[in-house]
Amino acid sequence: MDSLVEQIERGTLWQFPGGVHPPEQKSLSNQHPIARLPLPSKIVLPLKQHIGANGQLLVNKGDKVLKGQALTKPSANWSLPIHAPTSGEVLDITPAPSAHPSALPELSIIMAPDGEDSWCELHPVADLSSLTHAQLIDILHNAGIAGMGGAGFPTYIKADSHQPIEYLIVNGVECEPYITADDLLMQTHAKEIVQGIEVMQHLLKPQRIIVGIEDNKPQAIAAMKQACEHNDAILVRAIPTKYPSGGEKQLIRVLTSKEVPSGGIPADIGVLVQNVGTLFAVSEAIYKGKPLIERVVTVTGNTIHKAQNVWALIGTEIKHLLDCQGFTPVPEQRVVMGGPMMGFTLPTVRIPVVKTTNCILAPDNQELAQPGDEKACIRCSACADACPQTLLPQQLQWFAKAKDFDKLEQYNLFDCIECGACSYVCPSEIPLVQYYRVAKAEIREQKLDQIKAERAKERFEARKERLERDQQERQNRHKRSSAKAVKPDAEKAKVADALERVKQKQGDKSAVQAAIERAKAKKAADGSIEPDNSEVAQERAKRKEQARLYKEQKQSAQDTEQTADDKKDAVAAAIARAKAKKAAQQAEKATPDEQPNTDDAKPEPRKAAVAAAIARAKAKKAAQQAEETPSDTAAEPAQAQTDEQSDPRKAAVAAAIARAKAKKAAQQAEETPSDTTAEPTQVQTDEQSDPRKAAVAAAIARAKAKKAAKQAEERPSDTAAEPAQAQTDEQSDPRKAAVAAAIARAKAKKAAQQAEETPSDTAAEPAQVQTDEQSDPRKAAVAAAIARAKAKKAAKQEEENAQDADSTAAPAEQPKPADNNDTSENAPLTPEQKRQAAIKAAVAKAKAKKQAKEQEGNDPS
Amino acid sequence: MTLFYALIALGSLALIFGLILGYAAVKYRVESNPIVDQVDAILPQTQCGQCGYPGCRPYAEAIANGDEINKCPPGGEATVKKLADLMGVEAKPLAGGEEAEPVKTVAYIREDECIGCTKCIQACPVDAIVGATRQMHTVIDDECTGCDLCVEPCPVDCIDMLPVEQTKQTWKWQLDAIAVKQID
Repeated sequence: MDSLVEQIERGTLWQFPGGVHPPEQKSLSNQHPIARLPLPSKIVLPLKQHIGANGQLLVNKGDKVLKGQALTKPSANWSLPIHAPTSGEVLDITPAPSAHPSALPELSIIMAPDGEDSWCELHPVADLSSLTHAQLIDILHNAGIAGMGGAGFPTYIKADSHQPIEYLIVNGVECEPYITADDLLMQTHAKEIVQGIEVMQHLLKPQRIIVGIEDNKPQAIAAMKQACEHNDAILVRAIPTKYPSGGEKQLIRVLTSKEVPSGGIPADIGVLVQNVGTLFAVSEAIYKGKPLIERVVTVTGNTIHKAQNVWALIGTEIKHLLDCQGFTPVPEQRVVMGGPMMGFTLPTVRIPVVKTTNCILAPDNQELAQPGDEKACIRCSACADACPQTLLPQQLQWFAKAKDFDKLEQYNLFDCIECGACSYVCPSEIPLVQYYRVAKAEIREQKLDQIKAERAKERFEARKERLERDQQERQNRHKRSSAKAVKPDAEKAKVADALERVKQKQGDKSAVQAAIERAKAKKAADGSIEPDNSEVAQERAKRKEQARLYKEQKQSAQDTEQTADDKKDAVAAAIARAKAKKAAQQAEKATPDEQPNTDDAKPEPRKAAVAAAIARAKAKKAAQQAEETPSDTAAEPAQAQTDEQSDPRKAAVAAAIARAKAKKAAQQAEETPSDTTAEPTQVQTDEQSDPRKAAVAAAIARAKAKKAAKQAEERPSDTAAEPAQAQTDEQSDPRKAAVAAAIARAKAKKAAQQAEETPSDTAAEPAQVQTDEQSDPRKAAVAAAIARAKAKKAAKQEEENAQDADSTAAPAEQPKPADNNDTSENAPLTPEQKRQAAIKAAVAKAKAKKQAKEQEGNDPS
Repeated sequence: MTLFYALIALGSLALIFGLILGYAAVKYRVESNPIVDQVDAILPQTQCGQCGYPGCRPYAEAIANGDEINKCPPGGEATVKKLADLMGVEAKPLAGGEEAEPVKTVAYIREDECIGCTKCIQACPVDAIVGATRQMHTVIDDECTGCDLCVEPCPVDCIDMLPVEQTKQTWKWQLDAIAVKQID
């Protein structure tokens, strides 16, 4: 028994099972030389023309490119560049119909040739041995060469095979009917093909190179034999004509008797197959430096006037090819890309020639009949006889129809080469291959889904774990912080004690003051119908003070928890408190009650304390001026409960400003016991607003409020205080909320000022702005403003009830534009927004002033 | 007397086999409930909660404990069929009357309308949405399971569920619609 190599050398050929003999129809196109087409008016280059990934774009719309210039750069694995097939301009980079049965749009470069066809600089290689293996592979890679026989597998990967290659097989079989592109190429460019073979020989070092050509191409066989006479390693073999002997696996079987294992590749058995077209491109790339920009395409069929092979630039539209060769369409004309057995009908002729396009077939209705209706399978098993892969097409068909994918895989569906032999022989005209293609696509999709599901599961579990961990951490943190809170610093405690003592002393003083106050109140009561509630007020004042003391202590204790410079904090707080006390002493008969209640985990305690102190000081000052009036106006406990991420400082400042305003308002309400009744408006806001728009809306709301207030002249005005409980949560922006609330309050105050000589039976609307996590506080403020405006209106109607209650009229103080801080606080706004907000505020203020002046004029007292 | 011996012999045999069985039960114990894993592998892992359980695994456990197999709309009839095969029960139409072939969708955030509230991020069971507070959010297409859970929490309704776009890779031959086209 001879060895395999000996048998091959002797010219032994083997048989593959199955196969069919369709009419060849090659003489239509192989009688003429390869023609050159005129330049098309438009080039459409899909970025991806092969198996693998896209390259990265190197050009932009409007760029001028030269012939052979790379338009994309290979990026990830298996990606190939594409090149400009002629010089011209890049018109657009956009999805265009692709050369695929679906014609689904794919990103393409649209080019307009300039007609000059000028080449870019080329770098031919004179001597193969001067370059390393890697450099040669690089040249093949950058030339964008993909397998031109069918699937378009990147050639550089094949040429860089890590498995030892025993046999390099050159595929010049071209078994499919009609197609003669390789035939003509071998006839006219045998020398270049052999050069390409030798490049591959240099790269792969195979024992033997076998060129397989079907025996219906005698001229090509002769040309190839002649071209490789000088190289003993190359054997040219004429093989019997049978479809599909050009299939990779079938050709290997015929020439070497080897069988590619199921699911394997030829390299697994030491064989590598290259198409002659690809080898021609390799030789062009190496010896001429030209990238793959054109290929031979057979344009054939009975409706083509001049059926022949043409050199078509990659990216030429099929329509251009047909037009150049004289195309006379028939009714229900089909245009097929590829051959009649494996090709697909194009949905449109505006599809470009790509690297794998070997034939454009435009048959009339006689030569390629329309498929008839599918009939029932008669189990003749002709398909099984024809199958070159020895599959069971009939069984596969049943399973495909039943969508039994497990069974399909069990019956080796993925070994099907989709040659179409089974459909060709089927007497029932069942489109078997189509069934397999659909089934394959579905199985592939299911596998992808499976992978995706797997990943989704992983991510879901990772997320769950993360959430649990977060919760755990949060709990731990709480535990830790509460443990810390229990043991306050001894020093701190001392300071607190000292403070307490000081306060108690002050408390004595305030008792004296309270007595004075009571006396005054009685005096006042003599001449008026006022209820004497000064004692009650006094009591309340004391209680409040105690409460404040307690809170301050608590706060300072909290401060110690997290800040390093707690001593400083304490000092600052002490100063602030001292100031507040001083202010309180001077405040006659008036007790402010503000309790900045900041429960924040990470405040900047020092600054917050200072700000709070300033605010309190202002409030006190305001209270001083309120003489002889038991002002019971419960101001506005601005409870800015800010959370972890909030900025307590600013909130505090804003709250303070608001309070100051409330005080001022109270001053002006002289000699009137104002019993405030609060109307809590719960404005539950949600989110989503354009800040600018919100600002505009707020401005409008304010304007309305003003107008309403204006109309309420000489009437009991009901002021006023609106404890804006801005409960902002984690992600809210407390600063903005506070500012907005402050603005709103300021306005309410202004309204109250104007209500002179009237028992102000107020009023107040604690706008509980419960903003939730991600709410936009600004909107809340707007809503609050609207609500207040309404409250004013209601108050208006109570005019006549209360008008009798006036005594000594106090000079109507000019309403101060107390909100001078409003806009300046809006730090997070953009300057533009700020400006707009400021303008609006200014307008609003101006109106308020005007209205107040008018009131003065009206009121002679 | 013979009866007595017979009883002793049988009794001792029973004891020996009992010991062997008992030992085998301990030694070759099957740890987990593999049916849960099998069911979980069939479920589509969208984690959408449309079955009423918080995720696919809890539903798998429920199925193993005898819950209905037709509560998974994203899986469609195919999943119900597979579950029926696995559990040895009758395949039923989907509860709630969803269509048999669910359309695969992927979430898309209209980015200029997004206000950056992070609610969708918290809702996403597979962390397929990226973004931060007051920053625009976006969906990682490849990771999105199309579960719809992000749509409801969005306060500005800027999330659309778009059908997954067909590509050349996912395209399937239409058996009945091989195009025959009039060429101009």
